[in-house]
Amino acid sequence: MAQAAIELIGINKSFGAVRANRDINLEVARGTIHGIVGENGAGKSTLMSILYGFYQADSGEIRVGGKPVSINSSNDAIALGIGMVHQHFMLVDNFTVLENVILGAENDALLKSSIAKARSELERLEREYGLEVDPDAIIEELPVGLQQRVEILKALYRGAEILILDEPTGVLTPAEADHLFRILKQLKEQGKTVVLITHKLREIMAITDTVSVMRQGTMVATRVTKETTVGELAELMVGRRVLLRVEKGQSEAGAIKLSVRNLTVKDSRGVTMVDDVSFDVRGGEIVGIAGVAGNGQSELLEAISGIRHAVSGEVMLEGKPVDLTGKADPGELRDRGLAHVPEDRHHVGLVLAFEENENSILGYHDDERYLKGPFLKVDVIMADARDKIEKYDIRPGNPRLKTANFSGGNQQKIVLAREMEQDPGVLIVGQPTRGVDVGAIEFIHKRLIAMRDQGKAVLVVSVELDEIRSLSDRILVMFAGRIVGERGPDATEGELGLLMAGVEHQEAAE
Amino acid sequence: MDVFNAIVQVLDSTIRLSVPLLLACLAGLYSERAGIFDIGLEGKMLVGAFAGAAAASVFHSALIGLGMAILISVAFAMVHGFASITHRGNQIVSGVAINFVAAGSTIILGQAWFQQGGRTPALQPGERFEAIVWPGAEAVRDVPILGPIYAELISGHSILVYFAFAMVPFTWWVLFRTRFGLRMRAVGENPAAVDTAGISVAWLRYRALICTGILTGVAGAYLSMVQNGGFVKDMTAGKGYIALAALIFAKWKPVNAMFACLLFGFLDAAAIRLQGSPLPLIGKVPVQFMQALPYVLTVILLAGFIGKAIPPRAGGVPYVKER
Repeated sequence: MAQAAIELIGINKSFGAVRANRDINLEVARGTIHGIVGENGAGKSTLMSILYGFYQADSGEIRVGGKPVSINSSNDAIALGIGMVHQHFMLVDNFTVLENVILGAENDALLKSSIAKARSELERLEREYGLEVDPDAIIEELPVGLQQRVEILKALYRGAEILILDEPTGVLTPAEADHLFRILKQLKEQGKTVVLITHKLREIMAITDTVSVMRQGTMVATRVTKETTVGELAELMVGRRVLLRVEKGQSEAGAIKLSVRNLTVKDSRGVTMVDDVSFDVRGGEIVGIAGVAGNGQSELLEAISGIRHAVSGEVMLEGKPVDLTGKADPGELRDRGLAHVPEDRHHVGLVLAFEENENSILGYHDDERYLKGPFLKVDVIMADARDKIEKYDIRPGNPRLKTANFSGGNQQKIVLAREMEQDPGVLIVGQPTRGVDVGAIEFIHKRLIAMRDQGKAVLVVSVELDEIRSLSDRILVMFAGRIVGERGPDATEGELGLLMAGVEHQEAAE
Repeated sequence: MDVFNAIVQVLDSTIRLSVPLLLACLAGLYSERAGIFDIGLEGKMLVGAFAGAAAASVFHSALIGLGMAILISVAFAMVHGFASITHRGNQIVSGVAINFVAAGSTIILGQAWFQQGGRTPALQPGERFEAIVWPGAEAVRDVPILGPIYAELISGHSILVYFAFAMVPFTWWVLFRTRFGLRMRAVGENPAAVDTAGISVAWLRYRALICTGILTGVAGAYLSMVQNGGFVKDMTAGKGYIALAALIFAKWKPVNAMFACLLFGFLDAAAIRLQGSPLPLIGKVPVQFMQALPYVLTVILLAGFIGKAIPPRAGGVPYVKER
C-alpha cells in the first residue's frame, strides 16, 4: 500500500453535550481520492475542520506524511500542505480572482510582487491541470463552477498536496460536476491526495478509490470503492436497509385537477423564461418536470403558485382560473386546495428564526383552527406541531426549537408536513430533496407517492434525474423555457439527458 | 473682481470647513471597510478636540496637544473594538455609548480642570497650529486670478489641512496597493475567508480601528487647535454624522470621500457667506434657512442622487466562527 498522506488516530471532539466525533481512525493513502460519506450531521465536516485547524480535537493524533503534527490554526494546516475547499466558498465576492488567490499568502507588505507572482502561477496551474479562469474577473460575476475552481486554485497556490473538498457538487450543475471530477482525477495523476466529503453515493462510486462511511460521529467502515455497492454504502450510512428506488403501484389517473395552457413568463429583465407551456396534471398521478437548473422550471412553479406575474396563458385549478397577474393571494390559492413546497425552503418556505411550531402552520395561521379572535391558540398549534413531528419523524422532536437548528432534511420535512397535512387537492413541489440525506429522501418519496395514491395531483420539479425517474408517472422535460418532450417513467437516463440538453429540440427546429 | 474675490474666499473657507469632515470620513472609511460600523466618530473627534486643547494649553505645545488628541481618540476606538470585536457587542450601541461618554466627560473634566464652564483656556501662539505661508505667496498676491488662488487657496493653511488632503491618496494607496489594505477590505466583506486564509480577523479589525482613532484624533485637534482657539463644549456639532453621510455618499472610496466632504464643506461655506445678504429674485433669506441648507441638501442628495450604495457586506456583523 502506498504511503499514507494523512492518518487520524483516535480523534474525539465534542460541542457541549454533542459528541461530533468519537474515536475516529482514518488513513488516506497518498495519490488517491478518498471519499467520506455520511448523512448530514454525521460529523464529516467537523472531522475535516479539525484536519484544517478550524477546530482542535479534544484528543487524538494527526499524522501528515507519517509525522505526528499539531494543527492549531488554518495556518498550520496550510504550512503542512493541506488545502480545503469549503462547502460555502470562502471567497471575497467583490475581489478579483487574483486578489482572492493571494489573500493571506502575500509575499510582502506591498501587493505588486504578489500579484505578478500569482499571475504567472495561475498560468502554470492552468497549463498543468486545465484550471482555466480569468485572473482579473470579479468573483461575483463568475458562475458557481468557476468560483469553486478559484477555491481549488487558492489551495494549490499555497502548495497544497492534500486537498479536502466539502460537499463540492451541492451547488453545481451536472456538467460542472463532471468537469470538477475530471480536474480531481488530473490532480490525482499528478500525485495529489484528494479527500471528498459528500452524501451523494453516485459521486463516490464514480470517482473515489477508497471510501469511509461515518454515522453519528463514528467511522463505521472503510471500503475499496470497486468492491462495494451503492446499496451497501447506503445501508452503512443510515444503519438500516434503504430503498434507493421507492416501490409504487400503477397510477390511477382521474380527473384533471391542474391545467396549464400557453403559459408564458418573463423575468425582471424581460427575458422569456417560460415559453408557451401547456400541460395537465390529473388526480392520482405524479408529473415530474426534468431539466437542467435555470431552464424556466422555477419561474413555472412560481407562476402557477401565484407568486410571479405571467405575461399570458391560463392556469386552471380544479376547473377555475388562477389569477396570473402576480397579485394572486397565495392564501386564497391555499384555500382552493393548492399546496406549494417551494424550491428555496430557506428564503421562501420557512422563517428560519422562528420556532418549529410557528413554521409548521405558517401560511395557514389565519385558519380558524388556530385562531381565537385575533389571538393564536398556542396549545392547539403546539399539539398540531407535535402531531406532525411524530408523523413525519422530524428530529429533534422539539417544536420549540429554532428552525435554523434543524438539519436540511428535517427542515424540508417541516415544510412538507405543513403543506401535505392541509390535505390539498393539488401539491406542487420544487426540488423535494435538495440538500436532504439518503434516509430522508426515501421518506419524502414515500410520502409523495402516498399523496398520489390518495388521488391528489402532484407536480414535482427536480434537477435530480434519478428522483424524477423514480417518482413520476409522466415526465415532462423543460429546455429553454419550453416543454420539449414527454416520456413515461421507463425512459432511459440517456434519452432524458439528450432532451434536457435540447438536442432533439434543436434537431426538430431545423 | 469683487465676485472673483468672493468666490476665492468661499472656496478658501470650503477647504477649512471640509478638513474635519474629511479626516472623520476617512477615519470611518478605515473602520467600515474592515466591517466595523462606527457611529462614534463624533465622540472620538470630541474627546480628541478636548484632549488636544487641554494638553496644548497645559504643556504649552501644539505637538503635545496633537499627540494627546490622537492618544485619547485611539483609546476610545479601542473601547469600541473591545466591545464590538472581542465581545461581539452591537456596534451601533457601542458607538452611541461612546458619543454619550464623550459629550459628558469633556464637559465635566473641562469644568473640573479649568473652571471655565467646560471650555479650555484660550490657546496662545505656539499652542496652536499656525498657518504655513508658502514661499512667494505675498509676492504673487496681486497677480490676477492665479495670485489669489495661490495665496489664499493653496498657501496659508495649517499643517493639518495639508495632512488631511495628503491622507486621501495615501488611504487609496493603503487600500488598494498594500497587503494590509487587501486584508482589511477582505475582512469587511467576508471575514470567514480571511479566517480560513490563516489571518486573525480580530487583530486586523483592531488595526483598522487604530487608524480610525488616529484620524479622528487629528480631526478633533483641528477643531480645537486650528479652527478654534480652544475647546468649546459639543464643538463637533454633528460633524461625525455628516462624515458618515459623506462616507455613504462616497461609496466607501477615498477620492469620492474627498469630493463629498468638499461638497458638504462648500454648502457650509456658502451658507455662512450668504447669511444676511439678499439673493437675486428671492430677497433676504432668514439666517436659519441658510444654516439648515447643508442638512436639507444632504438629505436630498443622499435620498436621490447617489444611486445604490453597497456597504461592505460584513459591516455591523460581529464575526463568529461557524459551527
